[in-house]
Amino acid sequence: MLLHDTAVLFGRYARQTLRSPFQIFFGTLMPLLYLFFFGPLLTGLPLGREGDSWQVLVPGLLLQLGLFGASFAGFAVIMEKNWGVLERLQVTPVSRLALLLGRVLRDAALFVFQAVLLVLAALAMGLRAPLAGILIGFGFVALLTFSLAALSYVLALRLPSPQEFGPAVNTLAMPSMLLSGLMLPMALAPGWLDVLSRFMPFRYLVDAVRDAYVGHYATPTMFYGVLVALGLTALAVTVGTRTFRRAGA
Amino acid sequence: MPIISTSGLSRTFRTRHGEVTAVRGIDLTVRPGEILGFLGPNGAGKSTTLRMLSTLLPPTGGAATVVGHDLLRDPAGVRRKIGYVAQSGGVDPQETVRSELVLQGRLHGMSRTEATARAAELARDLDLTELLDRGSTALSGGQRRRLDIALGLTHRPALLFLDEPTTGLDPGSRTALWTLVRRLRDEHGTTVVLTTHYLDEADALADRLVIIDKGVVAAEGTPAALKAEHAADTLQDAFLAVTGRTPAPVEHAPVAV
Repeated sequence: MLLHDTAVLFGRYARQTLRSPFQIFFGTLMPLLYLFFFGPLLTGLPLGREGDSWQVLVPGLLLQLGLFGASFAGFAVIMEKNWGVLERLQVTPVSRLALLLGRVLRDAALFVFQAVLLVLAALAMGLRAPLAGILIGFGFVALLTFSLAALSYVLALRLPSPQEFGPAVNTLAMPSMLLSGLMLPMALAPGWLDVLSRFMPFRYLVDAVRDAYVGHYATPTMFYGVLVALGLTALAVTVGTRTFRRAGA
Repeated sequence: MPIISTSGLSRTFRTRHGEVTAVRGIDLTVRPGEILGFLGPNGAGKSTTLRMLSTLLPPTGGAATVVGHDLLRDPAGVRRKIGYVAQSGGVDPQETVRSELVLQGRLHGMSRTEATARAAELARDLDLTELLDRGSTALSGGQRRRLDIALGLTHRPALLFLDEPTTGLDPGSRTALWTLVRRLRDEHGTTVVLTTHYLDEADALADRLVIIDKGVVAAEGTPAALKAEHAADTLQDAFLAVTGRTPAPVEHAPVAV
């Protein structure tokens, strides 16, 4: 029931995405611009971390792609709600969890695909990293986008107008990006900023991916990264299912 | 055995300005095979009642049994037996008529083959066959409405809820929709509960009417009985008498041109 419904809905949303190449590629635009026009500035700078500047920057850009892409996913559900599609689906016996998972799995698949494009471009720019590390990076992108997309749907159902939803997401996403050291590692930060950034869960994800990109897979940083990623996923599924189960949502 | 029975069904909304009671307590019995019309002024609680009976909105008080399933304890059981067509429908403009019909069947547990066959059958029944591969945005108002209803009928529900099904339709499409509702009842024994603001529609289509006002059932009966009870010539007059709204006096002031 859950598997069948999730597969059916995933298929519908995946087909909608495949019909819109713009939607597929647009999300890579911002990180690609950073890669081409910001990345070369870092090549000679001491970044306070092991590895060359691409091994530090590309993990940050991967999470930036996930952060900005997935946190706006909720717009789709605002549209579905306005068209009456969401209500129509809710009156069928479809599993409530499938209503969430079908969408979120499509989103995670889309963002991992974009992450692959970004890494291919980064290889052309000069990134060299172990394959296992790159694959681990995609794993983190998958968990992050899965969780953020789910939380974005929850927010969209609570703030049902695009005029409120857009600014609310921006207000959350911008400080998240800056405080997690996505662009430059927090190793460069003064003490107070470093402390502040430790309250930002995404910091642990980007640090873990940076470790993976230099071939360190069994570090405390990796452990914390995995812990935070799984914690976010559990939180997102719990809150998401509860919201989709409440009939009025 | 009634197909719907409710007792004291009520719904209170919490808003910034305190609590608002949309439905105070509805006691209702609907027999299988009836065409029941909900009438009532805007904001009377018709749509809220329909949304509660179709599991979209949890009641805050009272109880109901819908097609043999308890509304509060077994909403999933209710969903398998009912169809619900919202006032504005529920079609995704990015999809074709066919893909919407097939999805609906799949979500009701049909295999791809069954859902495809059912989509073709519904299209034949509701005169949508020529439109199956059209985008849903390319449909006229009447065609859109037939698609909405086809979606609600996918799983052959015993009970169909229609929220203001003819609002915005031209007279031809309205009459066609009345014929369809009667056919559903006569050929399949489907019970139909619909809301409307058109009293001619209520008079012509419904076997029995329930007038809802201020969140309670203010009157119920056949159109003829309601008229007789209020010594009214038309349903319009009976409706106004029940809801306590007297017609505004017509002023014959000169009209500036």
